[in-house]
Amino acid sequence: MKNEAPHGPERRGFRHRLRELRVTLWTLIVPPSVWAVHFLFCYLWVAVSCAKLGAFPRFTTAFVIGTAVAEAIILASGWIAWVQTHTPGDPAPHDQGTDIDRLRFLAVSTLLLAGLSFVAVIFTAVPALMLTDCR
Amino acid sequence: MSLHAQDDPALRAAQEERLREVWKPPTGWFFRWTDTNNNQVGVWYTLTAFGFMLFAGVLAMIMRAQLAVPENDLVSPATFNQLFTLHGSMMMFLFAVPMFEAVSIILLPQLLGARDLPFPRLSAFGYWSFLIGGVFVSGSIFFNVAPDGGWFMYPPFTTRTDLSGLGADIWMLGLSFIEVSSVAAAVELIVGVLKCRPPGMRLNLMPLYAWYILVVAVMILFAFPPLIAGDVLFEMERLLGWPFFDQAKGGDPILWQHLFWIFGHPEVYIVFLPSIALFAMIVPTFARRHLLGYPWIVLAAVGTAFLSFGLWVHHMFTTGLPKISLAFFSAASEAVAIPTGIQIFAFIATLWAGRVVWSTPLLYVTGSLAIFVIGGLTGVMVAIAPFDWQAHDTYFIVAHLHYVLIGGTLIPLFGGLYYYWPLITGKKLSDRLGRTAFWFLFAGANLTFFPMHFSGLLGMPRRVFTYPAELGIGGLNLASTIGSWVFAAGVAIVCVDLALSPRREKSPRNPWEAGTLEWLAHPDDEDWGIRSVPLIESRYPIWDQKDFVKKVDEGRFFLPDAEEGRRETIVTSVLDARPVQVVRLGGPSIKPMLTAIALGSVFILTTYHLYWAALVGAVVTLGMILLWLWTGTAEIPEKDCKPIGHGIELPLYISGASASGWWAMFITMMADATAFSGLVFGYYFFWTRHEDFPPSGAGLDGPGAFWPMVALAVSLAGWLMTIGARETNRRGMVGAARALLALGAVASLAAIGAGLAGPWLSGLAPKLHVYPAIVWTLVIWTTAHAGVGAIMQLYTLARSVAGKMTPKYDADVRNITVYQHFMALTAVVTYATIGLFPGAA
Repeated sequence: MKNEAPHGPERRGFRHRLRELRVTLWTLIVPPSVWAVHFLFCYLWVAVSCAKLGAFPRFTTAFVIGTAVAEAIILASGWIAWVQTHTPGDPAPHDQGTDIDRLRFLAVSTLLLAGLSFVAVIFTAVPALMLTDCR
Repeated sequence: MSLHAQDDPALRAAQEERLREVWKPPTGWFFRWTDTNNNQVGVWYTLTAFGFMLFAGVLAMIMRAQLAVPENDLVSPATFNQLFTLHGSMMMFLFAVPMFEAVSIILLPQLLGARDLPFPRLSAFGYWSFLIGGVFVSGSIFFNVAPDGGWFMYPPFTTRTDLSGLGADIWMLGLSFIEVSSVAAAVELIVGVLKCRPPGMRLNLMPLYAWYILVVAVMILFAFPPLIAGDVLFEMERLLGWPFFDQAKGGDPILWQHLFWIFGHPEVYIVFLPSIALFAMIVPTFARRHLLGYPWIVLAAVGTAFLSFGLWVHHMFTTGLPKISLAFFSAASEAVAIPTGIQIFAFIATLWAGRVVWSTPLLYVTGSLAIFVIGGLTGVMVAIAPFDWQAHDTYFIVAHLHYVLIGGTLIPLFGGLYYYWPLITGKKLSDRLGRTAFWFLFAGANLTFFPMHFSGLLGMPRRVFTYPAELGIGGLNLASTIGSWVFAAGVAIVCVDLALSPRREKSPRNPWEAGTLEWLAHPDDEDWGIRSVPLIESRYPIWDQKDFVKKVDEGRFFLPDAEEGRRETIVTSVLDARPVQVVRLGGPSIKPMLTAIALGSVFILTTYHLYWAALVGAVVTLGMILLWLWTGTAEIPEKDCKPIGHGIELPLYISGASASGWWAMFITMMADATAFSGLVFGYYFFWTRHEDFPPSGAGLDGPGAFWPMVALAVSLAGWLMTIGARETNRRGMVGAARALLALGAVASLAAIGAGLAGPWLSGLAPKLHVYPAIVWTLVIWTTAHAGVGAIMQLYTLARSVAGKMTPKYDADVRNITVYQHFMALTAVVTYATIGLFPGAA
């Protein structure tokens, strides 16, 4: 049995591995934590630049990169969660005390939090990209 | 005839008798107060918080009477300052937060089918701390020394001892003491939700109340400690003259505003979410269906918790911060409306989809939602910086915050009171009085606070003791005052209803026909909490699981007996609630009360500058805590395992990451690390505010790199030796473990000396400037922690020598290792900051 190649096409095998990931309370809070880090990054960088250099950070592209990285992580965790919500099992409403339903519950919650965090990161990024001075 | 042993009525009666004996409350006029059972302590806690609410409400009535007509002189300006400060502080610190903890201490074990929360003595300690601190703070108004600087206590008026009296110290020290009890309760509630659920209650079957409480308790861990850090700096300035907020010596009052509002804004959600949690229990019961969108509610709770920490600066929009900073916080303030809206729509949808039973508690829920939504809408308005610049510090804000807090906290709690009263007393409250009271409260709240939007926009500032007639706001204020009396009449009707309760008849069991576990409680409740700990297969087991109540009552589930005469409950795994341990709970004891008195004496004596007496109090407190730990924790059981029924045997002792004690240490240290990061934030905040930070000159030169690095090295040595002691002990090398513990204690003590040597030898003068002051503060914090680390290492050594810790029963050394991990992190941050930061060396 061991070292046997996975059945079916490679794509399905990857999705299968995603479903096998260990999902915990810690993975649930990945998307909002990314929002928090992005938020602090934007706020502290602007605050320190303005206070110590007396000028708005010259590399506004850094905000673009930072925002893109944050959104990419949120999208990735959202996508993993999306795959996990489609774990086959008994039909909706998925509120039984089974392993699969617990996985689905954490996945749906993570997916929803990813959606909220995605929007919230955009909310934070907009002023960083539109306002460009320290007043 | 079943083969099940529980079919034997005699056996069941004998079990019940044993359980009754074990959970019997102590008797006697004094010793009855030493009980630690949650359903006793929770009731005392709730009544005390309710009493403080009534008291703070009376203060508000006096204020409204003063403001009823222009140029009134009912109270003096000085008294008025004390009235609004105490009203705000009491409602927040002595009512809203403790009330959520009190209600949770009653409800949570019932909801989780546990006999009690994991640390009942900690709950009792929290209660006594709360009572002592609360009486101390609120009683100050009778001696005309109540705090008078507003509930936010902005420096510099409050830190300058020539401008503010004893009241500021009473606020700081009294409320710091209460924050200790809040953090204690948060630890209890988090570990309770994570580790004391009944078998089978996986994360996706947890009652939503438990989800909310988990989220809120975690928020407390990250919100309260920054305020504790702020309190430390504040009292250092007031009592020792260290200039943290004094502009003339490099300090900055804005730092206080940051630390206060990092606490203060999440605080609003800390008091709002538990009330929403009550909705999440009440709505499904009266909609007669499962709550719609369970994961959506969890999203809303967790999302709100996170976003609420990105809002604090919206209280500081007018302090002159850069507009770009305001924009970030404005964005987060707008974003938090999303999860808040989602949970309200989930409740509306559930009511829509259900067969609604129009009861009194549901009336309160719907009415409070209406009030809360108005407050939420004005919240979106003031989250927009240009509007806030106009409305800031006017009665518009008073209107907004009261709409939020009355709709989001107070009226839901009254709804919860009507809903859960049968659970506590076995008797229902009067529907007629309840509905009458509701309409008084609803009309009163709107009549009081709606006109304030207009008086604010017309230019009435907050916190003024009177106003001129020419302003044209006399009519609006009179309406507000009349409204406040209507509201008070509503509260009085509720009180009458409560007072009549003892004369009423018992109601049937589960009078609302709810589906969740807490309604297993019997009208003639026994003190054991739950007859047998059930196996859970559904979110609403009473509705969905066959013969559920009967099986629980007949002891057909787990742990139906107390053979060894000990209070016990089941500990389960975090994700899937698989049973892992039977934990022995602390019974009635006088130690929690005495510890609270000793700790209270430290805070209260310091307020009156009686430092030597306070030091004695601190030593007594330490002694009490050690005695408590020595006699009440990590007890080696008389046997390894015990059966809990259905052929399952569980260990009586576990250590490490699956034990509740380990979690308690981990969670406490999260709070500690958060407070520490508040202090570190202070250091870097001053660095951004000053061109020459760190400064140089006599008394200002930094501690250099040498001594901080020595201190760091010995701190890390103490940490490694503790890890070594854990590992050698685990492998049975007890002698080596003891040696490492002893050496670790020596290293920790050396870290104190080396840590203090840096600023001492470089002659840093903390009264001179904020730089020496913040360096000394970081060093004192870190070395004090090293001292506590040494005490823990010596304590563990003593446990090992006394045979209370062995290679197999090693919870003590595992728990102090968690402390040492955080200690090492603290040392790295402190000594790198003061020794290596550019310019510091």
